[in-house]
Amino acid sequence: MFVPGKWSEDIHVRDFINKNYTPYDGDESFLAGPTQATLDLWDKILELRKKEKENGGVLDIDEHTISTITSHAPGYIDKDKEKIVGLQTDAPLKRAIMPFGGIRMVRSSLDAYAREMDPEVERVFQYRKTHNDGVFDAYTPEMQRARHCGILTGLPDAYGRGRIIGDYRRIPLYGTAFLIAQKRKAKDQILSDVMDVETIQQREEISEQVKSLYELTKMAQSYGFDISRAARNFTEAVQWLYFGYLGVVKEQNGAAMSLGRVSTFLDIYAEEELKNGTMTESEIQEVVDHFIMKLRIVRFLRTPAYDELFSGDPTWITESIGGIGLDGRHMVTKMSYRFLHTLENIGSAPEPNMTILWSPNLPENFKKYCAKISINTSSIQYESDELMREKFGDDYAIACCVSAMRVGKQMQFFGARANLAKALLYSINGGRDEKTGDQVGPVRNPITSEYLDYDEVMARFDETCAWLSKLYINTLNVIHYMHDKYCYERLEMALHDEKIDRTMACGLSGLSVIADSLSAIKYAKVKPIRNEMGLAVDFEITGDYPQYGNDNPKVDRIAAEVVRKFMKHLSKHKCYRNARPTQSILTITSNVVYGKKTGSTPDGRKAGEPFAPGANPMHGRDRSGAVASMRSVANLQYDYSEDGISYTFSILPSTLGKTLEEQQVNLYNLLDGYFTDGGHHINVNVILRKTLLDAMDHPEKYPQLTIRVSGYAVNFTTLTHEQQLEVVRRTVHSKM
Amino acid sequence: MFSARSSYAEILRSVSAGAKRRGLSDEIFPHMRTSEEILRVMSIMTDSVKGYVHSIETLGAVDGPGLRFVVFLQGCPLRCKFCHNPDTWRFDGGEETSVEEMVSKILRYRSYIKSGGVTISGGEPLRQAEFVLALTRALHDEGLHVAIDTSGIYCEGVALEAAMEADLLLLDIKSFDRLKAEKITGFTTDHAWQLLREREAAGKPVWIRHVMVPGLTLIDKTTGGSAFGTEKEWREANGELLEGIRKLKGYACVERVDLLPFHKMGEFKYEELHLPYELGATEEPDEQVVEWAEKALAEIWGASE
Repeated sequence: MFVPGKWSEDIHVRDFINKNYTPYDGDESFLAGPTQATLDLWDKILELRKKEKENGGVLDIDEHTISTITSHAPGYIDKDKEKIVGLQTDAPLKRAIMPFGGIRMVRSSLDAYAREMDPEVERVFQYRKTHNDGVFDAYTPEMQRARHCGILTGLPDAYGRGRIIGDYRRIPLYGTAFLIAQKRKAKDQILSDVMDVETIQQREEISEQVKSLYELTKMAQSYGFDISRAARNFTEAVQWLYFGYLGVVKEQNGAAMSLGRVSTFLDIYAEEELKNGTMTESEIQEVVDHFIMKLRIVRFLRTPAYDELFSGDPTWITESIGGIGLDGRHMVTKMSYRFLHTLENIGSAPEPNMTILWSPNLPENFKKYCAKISINTSSIQYESDELMREKFGDDYAIACCVSAMRVGKQMQFFGARANLAKALLYSINGGRDEKTGDQVGPVRNPITSEYLDYDEVMARFDETCAWLSKLYINTLNVIHYMHDKYCYERLEMALHDEKIDRTMACGLSGLSVIADSLSAIKYAKVKPIRNEMGLAVDFEITGDYPQYGNDNPKVDRIAAEVVRKFMKHLSKHKCYRNARPTQSILTITSNVVYGKKTGSTPDGRKAGEPFAPGANPMHGRDRSGAVASMRSVANLQYDYSEDGISYTFSILPSTLGKTLEEQQVNLYNLLDGYFTDGGHHINVNVILRKTLLDAMDHPEKYPQLTIRVSGYAVNFTTLTHEQQLEVVRRTVHSKM
Repeated sequence: MFSARSSYAEILRSVSAGAKRRGLSDEIFPHMRTSEEILRVMSIMTDSVKGYVHSIETLGAVDGPGLRFVVFLQGCPLRCKFCHNPDTWRFDGGEETSVEEMVSKILRYRSYIKSGGVTISGGEPLRQAEFVLALTRALHDEGLHVAIDTSGIYCEGVALEAAMEADLLLLDIKSFDRLKAEKITGFTTDHAWQLLREREAAGKPVWIRHVMVPGLTLIDKTTGGSAFGTEKEWREANGELLEGIRKLKGYACVERVDLLPFHKMGEFKYEELHLPYELGATEEPDEQVVEWAEKALAEIWGASE
């Protein structure tokens, strides 16, 4: 059977993988197409999804049952045809209520879809406090102002924070009985002379973890499976692993519920079947297709306002594929292909969010196959294994879009982002909000000169960042204290070690706006236009200035400096549970909403206009071709933005070359170049603008049209009209 | 010599040695801050070969194999009626650039072009043969693949030397009828065939490029009248094109023939330059005809000899 090792005695998934996996260097010719059962099931889902869309985005809601791991009876799509079973509720696409993050969110969601809150549920939450209640009990007035004006934004204070990846592989590898025994042992060891807060919290948490494992076992039992023991074959391994994930999404409505890095792990079981002749390639692919299908129909009940921020109903079931092991062997297996192949077997789709951990040292065949999938589906993203392996080893995975963490050993406190473009305006306006006139930041004299002076603005901006970073960390401390207290992720954490590295994952938005604004102030003449309250509400720019996204060091240096400085400020503050602050440059799709909330900026962007997503240059300003744009982004330093730097890239197929073969090779060489230059993340869309325009007019023709936005993919037709327009306006490179 | 990867100190040493040889003071050099400044002074000091560059494209995927940095040189003696870059025609103008400056620009993109290379295009690049030769050699020193995109109009002396130095020649055959070519471009294609023979003799690869212009090098519905509606009729009407492709097949060095459909994306440039655009009434070939041409090409190219 399997080569034994440290993993045989103790929980050590990486050791199991390392000792047992088989790197695959061949091409995709071994892959099998969809079986009839797969096609039938998928047809059913497409039909249900159509109804879901007709119904305003939600097919059905169970508003009576508070969702827990065991709350719902088993549900099926078509029991006889499903190789992998398990649904969040008793029917596909029926959404559950998960009120522990915030009962208010449930109330307004039900309201939005014309459902009544069940009085019984309402009654429970007269006595039971939620995360959201806790946060607002502790927020200071300053925090509330910053939140209201949107200088701190997207904070997980009313919903589940997500971004925690359970090590779901532990369930098939060990079975829940062993995991429970290990947790009990660990709890026994957490004793100290002084019962301090830390010890008490940890003991209580482990108890909760153990309970959740029991509940998970029970849930699996209701489907007729005994997951208390380890999985004995490939199908069981997938089923066991999926049960773990399912338990989590029955209980936690987190912003991003990522899967981890499971494909190469599962390949070990599949290889065993192939070796013993117990399964055919087609049978293996069928199991994979059915598993992926299940991930595609994970649903959460959310408010329309939430969807406006995070468009397309995303769940960020991110699966990390590929990468290079610390021993130098690449980690591409046949299963890496099979996961990607689902995009061919059952069409393109935004979920799961397949993420290639890229290295120039990946096998050529695999690089080519990834490029083909990108060209044909625009559904996958790429992140630099070279940068991340150095910091996270070879068993990390991506949570959400770009956040790397060691699986089962590290978690993050999701911190959304600070709007630094607004911070720049506060620096000019003496701490007052340019939209409301409210004094949000500390009182300072506004800048009153006729033209903005670079050194003066920079000095003020630095002061603003110092204030903002402190407020930001303190706000996150409140949020995560309360989340642990009222909405603890017991099952995800049951699938972690007890000793956890925690990061406080801050973020900044508006990077290209700030870089261009500062560049305009430095290299052109910028004259603020002030209103009767003395607030700079518009800017007159005389002369040209270098713009971010053109591989021009004059402005690219400014961008890198802003990132570095803000990180330095964040690092000064003490975080809850001794978390280490990090930051990302990522806006999800909320760049549209942030833009709406931000006044005109000195780069010439008008009030209300969208920001560029993530670390992207502003739309249409990266005029020097794709590579210049990529080089500007790659110039940002991952060391100061360890939680990820998101870049979304769109290119015309014809620009990549004439034939598919040429396009494949050119695309992967482009990726090699970007990552060799130090780029961290890239979303690749190979797409014609006219396809998008046509899809806006005729959504029915494009039920599966998928595009990458900012660290994840969406079904284009589920975006709001405004978001669709913003996507269409983005630079589509017709030259490299 | 130095390259873009030399250290500041190395460059400085090399520059001041050059200055001393010429009996110049080297006092100014320590005050130079950027490598661009040093390179500029350096190229003056060493009488480096200079080129006149129309523009660059940091990366292209359609001018030779793989991802390529493309340098467009200024000036061309041909006046192809379908040219989409008439702004490169004039012999004056272009940005004066030394070989070193160009190499250093290109090397910024090394990680992207490592398996592609550099294409020197124009204009007619071989009009600046000395620059092209020096640039090609310098790029070869850096281990990069170099393609030259030429009409072959200059095919003697240094131009020939440069054309033979390239790893790949992208050779434009403007028409398979030598006299018609003269009508289209002002010159016959004799020189192009001569250059092709030179490459053939040396066993060095060539990609042929041929623009299909309705009414000039391509007969389609718009120009051939409604006389043909089938593939067979189209083939009969385009014997010249098909014969040309067959002739190319006789050259072992020809690795590939690209039939490029005429497009009018350059028309606006004629207006800007106040030049007459003679093909205003010509339509871009329709997809069906392009498909037929591609198919015929594949058949001829795939057939054994």
